[in-house]
Amino acid sequence: MIEVEDVYFRYPNGVEALKGVSLTIKNGEFVAIMGQNGAGKTTLVKHFNGLLKPTKGRVLVDEAETTKVSVATLARKVGFVFQNPDHQLFCETAEEEIAFALKNFGFKETIIKRRVQWALNLLGLTQYKKISPFMLSGGERKRVALASVLAWNPKILILDEPTIGQDYQQKEKLRQFILQMKTQRKTVIIVTHDVEFVAECNPRVVLMREGKIVADGEAKEILTNEEVLTQASIVPPQIAQIFMQMPSLQLPKNIIDVYEAREILLKMLRSDAK
Amino acid sequence: MSVFDGLKFRRVYSPIHNLDPRIKFIYVLAIFVIAIIFWELIPLIVLFIIQIPFVVLAGVKREWLRSMRGGAFLASIIFVTNFVVAYFAGRGLAESLENAIALTLRFIVLIESFSIFFLTTSPDHLGLALEQTGMPYEFCFAFTTAVRFVPVLAEEAQTIMDAQKARGLELERGNFLKRIRNYIPILIPLIVSAIRRSLELAEAMESRAWGATKKRTNLYVLKIHKNDFFLIVITIGILATAIFIRLYVPIPSLNQLLKGIF
Ligand SMILES: Nc1ncnc2c1ncn2[C@@H]1O[C@H](COP(=O)(O)OP(=O)(O)O)[C@@H](O)[C@H]1O
Ligand SMILES: [Mg+2]
Repeated sequence: MIEVEDVYFRYPNGVEALKGVSLTIKNGEFVAIMGQNGAGKTTLVKHFNGLLKPTKGRVLVDEAETTKVSVATLARKVGFVFQNPDHQLFCETAEEEIAFALKNFGFKETIIKRRVQWALNLLGLTQYKKISPFMLSGGERKRVALASVLAWNPKILILDEPTIGQDYQQKEKLRQFILQMKTQRKTVIIVTHDVEFVAECNPRVVLMREGKIVADGEAKEILTNEEVLTQASIVPPQIAQIFMQMPSLQLPKNIIDVYEAREILLKMLRSDAK
Repeated sequence: MSVFDGLKFRRVYSPIHNLDPRIKFIYVLAIFVIAIIFWELIPLIVLFIIQIPFVVLAGVKREWLRSMRGGAFLASIIFVTNFVVAYFAGRGLAESLENAIALTLRFIVLIESFSIFFLTTSPDHLGLALEQTGMPYEFCFAFTTAVRFVPVLAEEAQTIMDAQKARGLELERGNFLKRIRNYIPILIPLIVSAIRRSLELAEAMESRAWGATKKRTNLYVLKIHKNDFFLIVITIGILATAIFIRLYVPIPSLNQLLKGIF
């Protein structure tokens, strides 16, 4: 469980990136943190594994205050995949890259081998295990970075902008993967401004703007609430926009799922035909 | 990274920011020379103090203090080594102490003037100054780009450090050699991304017809203003006084001075 209690954060250069954020994320929850560039999303999630410490307020991970534990200890519990994989890849092969964190955490050699295999397999990277990460494509590098974090099986997983630079197929795989994590009762937190992706995943949505949380609730409610979306400079998912633009049909306003929308439209057409 | 912070330029307007960078550079050079030709404590203290008005006029006190703090570690090393060496070479305690303080202060004066220069001079101005002193444009461009990339790289290094810490890297773990090795996961991504960035920059420049005209003109041209003359006069004044004192005036050490009083 992550508890954020009235957190303020100021960078050394004086930028106040968080201005009184309070938030509780329970075990097994799937949360999307959304908001425009510079809203403070990355700054907020960097507090979850202790990379940043609040200037004011507290952050608790499983009841332990992040100022009292080292990042390395917290990282064992909270896996954080950075936005840009090039900021962490440095080994000669994908395999070693994935083993890096496991070595840092002091896993045994035999376990490391097994975990690396498992992670490579999970993300479809087995054929690249002897290849330098620098030779891989952008999407593949991102998957290596993800695998290198998943390998130690953290309880909480944070993904910063996971969909940037990924094609539709990769996004779909990512979505399946997140859902799988959810069935394993893992906490997944994604930072993104990809509305369509969030609409498909249907998580809890936390909307940020200028260092504050402006809305928090179900994706369905938040992503169809024009007022708060405008505040956070986000456009509703396309299907919701279509529904909003046909007021005369009296369609429900809180639809973000394409399949659900189809059902509603079909039902309406059928009843019209009668 | 705090050392870099002290050299980071911020666009503000002050009489010091508006000075011609060439003249400012000459001033810094003069301070350098003076700091080198004196090894006694008293003139170095004077040299340190006369620069403070510049900092105040430029309104960069905070950044300046930060860069001073950044240099503190190196300064303390200089102090300790000089003190220990002088003391064990058989000079008295008071004398070794004064000598070590003087040499440390010399280092501080060097950082001080250097940081005043970089804090108050925009990279563009610097490039312009280089160009107008007749440097080839390729060189000036490379120089300004390098200067401009320093803060970008510093920021990137920070992000990389965060990313590796999130994977359980502990920089302060192990003995001396191990600690150096701990930096490999940070240096490799940093170098790779710097190379990648420079290749991209080169491509972007080519596609925007870099170097198409041999003779370039500038929208802004540096001119010497009244304040610049003022600075030249000050610089020459300080330099001449310093050389005169060096040559003809015996400088008492602080110890002697104190003994004379009591
Ligand atoms: N390392 C840093 N130093 C100073 N300011 C920063 C740093 N990182 C981010 N900021 C500033 O903090 C604010 C929030 O940034 P960030 O959390 O990265 O936003 P987001 O992830 O929502 O795009 C922005 O105004 C940004 O300029
Ligand atoms: Mg971000």
